[in-house]
Amino acid sequence: MLKIVDRAMHGDRISLAKLITLIENDPSAARKMISMISPYTGKAHVIGLTGATGAGKSSLINGLISELRNRKKTIGVIAIDPTSPFSGGAFLGDRIRMPAGSLDKNVFIRSMGSRGRLGGLSRATSDVIKLLDACGKDVVLVETAGAGQSDVEISKLADTVMVMTTPEGGDDIQIAKAGIMEIGDIFIVNKADVGDADSRVYEIRMMIHSLSRRDTSWEPEVIKTIATNDIGLKDLCNIIENHYKFLRDTNFLFARRKKRKRSELVDLFRETVTEHVLKYMDEGKKFDILIEKVINNELDINSAVNELIKVLQNKKRG
Amino acid sequence: MNEGKKIRVLLAKPGLDGHDRGVKVVALALRNAGMEVIYLGRHKGPMEIVEAAIQEDVSFVGLSNLSGSYKQLFPKVLRLLKKNGLENVKVIGGGVILDDDIQPLEKMGIKIFPVGSRTGEIIEYIKKSASN
Repeated sequence: MLKIVDRAMHGDRISLAKLITLIENDPSAARKMISMISPYTGKAHVIGLTGATGAGKSSLINGLISELRNRKKTIGVIAIDPTSPFSGGAFLGDRIRMPAGSLDKNVFIRSMGSRGRLGGLSRATSDVIKLLDACGKDVVLVETAGAGQSDVEISKLADTVMVMTTPEGGDDIQIAKAGIMEIGDIFIVNKADVGDADSRVYEIRMMIHSLSRRDTSWEPEVIKTIATNDIGLKDLCNIIENHYKFLRDTNFLFARRKKRKRSELVDLFRETVTEHVLKYMDEGKKFDILIEKVINNELDINSAVNELIKVLQNKKRG
Repeated sequence: MNEGKKIRVLLAKPGLDGHDRGVKVVALALRNAGMEVIYLGRHKGPMEIVEAAIQEDVSFVGLSNLSGSYKQLFPKVLRLLKKNGLENVKVIGGGVILDDDIQPLEKMGIKIFPVGSRTGEIIEYIKKSASN
């Protein structure tokens, strides 16, 4: 493992790709790997892009790749598309719109299926971000699977959150709805040449002004783009850089990352503890016996939880 | 179903051939068979295909060609895959392939599914080769 991690961190793209597969397929091996690379993370600017299916997310990423390369940034892209809950298969089509950087060794694009996770991300996403970060990418772009109104997961992973809409994607009522429209640091109205883009910009600004509580004092920006014609991309890049500078200068970057680490730690702890306890309890059907006791009213469910905690405590002593 | 290994397949159309109905049918069939299909699109250069295969860590590269240039393009992709360290990636070719050309290509190591092949055959071949 050490060897392949070392190779990936020294720029070997095959090793990097294999490690991403490891993260996707084998959570426990991935945990060990993440421990190795952790000291090298925290340098990349993580940018999330979310929005409805067909808004133009992949095309915008393509434009951003070109613009960020002009600015000499190295780039990692994670492009997520939905996994079928029926077949387990996925059609990952984001790369079609991303010809920029297809032969550039400083651009690494990985398509991922959501594999059962809701919210437009996959379970592996946060670890793959860390890996790309440790492998020296200056910027990591995360494109969610076409997201719905309540898909705010990306705001738990990204330093800068971009929410994309189009002039024809509904009216001001859609903008006023809670959820996805509350998480943007930057709002992009793409396909600005189709429909009434200025009204859409105005509606989003109105909504922003109504937001009383945000986690930073950044005033969200709204920008019009036509991604396929490269219009608005330079300005967007400037705004992205401004936002990152703002986060660093104000210490909000630390605050955001702290919040993110907190929820990551809680999740991982929950996962690990549950795994340990269940593994122990499953030996000799102890878990079954416990459940039966609860059903027969010999034990109430809160006491059953205490029994499980005892298992952990005894394990620690043993 | 959500955890564990999935078969990853890259599909692309090399060269100057825009007929992509066939490759999209194959993409959907493979998706419905539980695979992760990365479709790269049309008009791709061999090195672009190889670079995507590296980044996506696929086990199979499927090439579709209906313009007669497969004789140059398919072997070139195979060669470049090997040259770039992807000896284990299997190459599959489809489209309008002349009968006389099938055997030479397969001898090189490119499995051919010409026009008229059933998607079931392709799925079966991929699943069988993946488990070897």
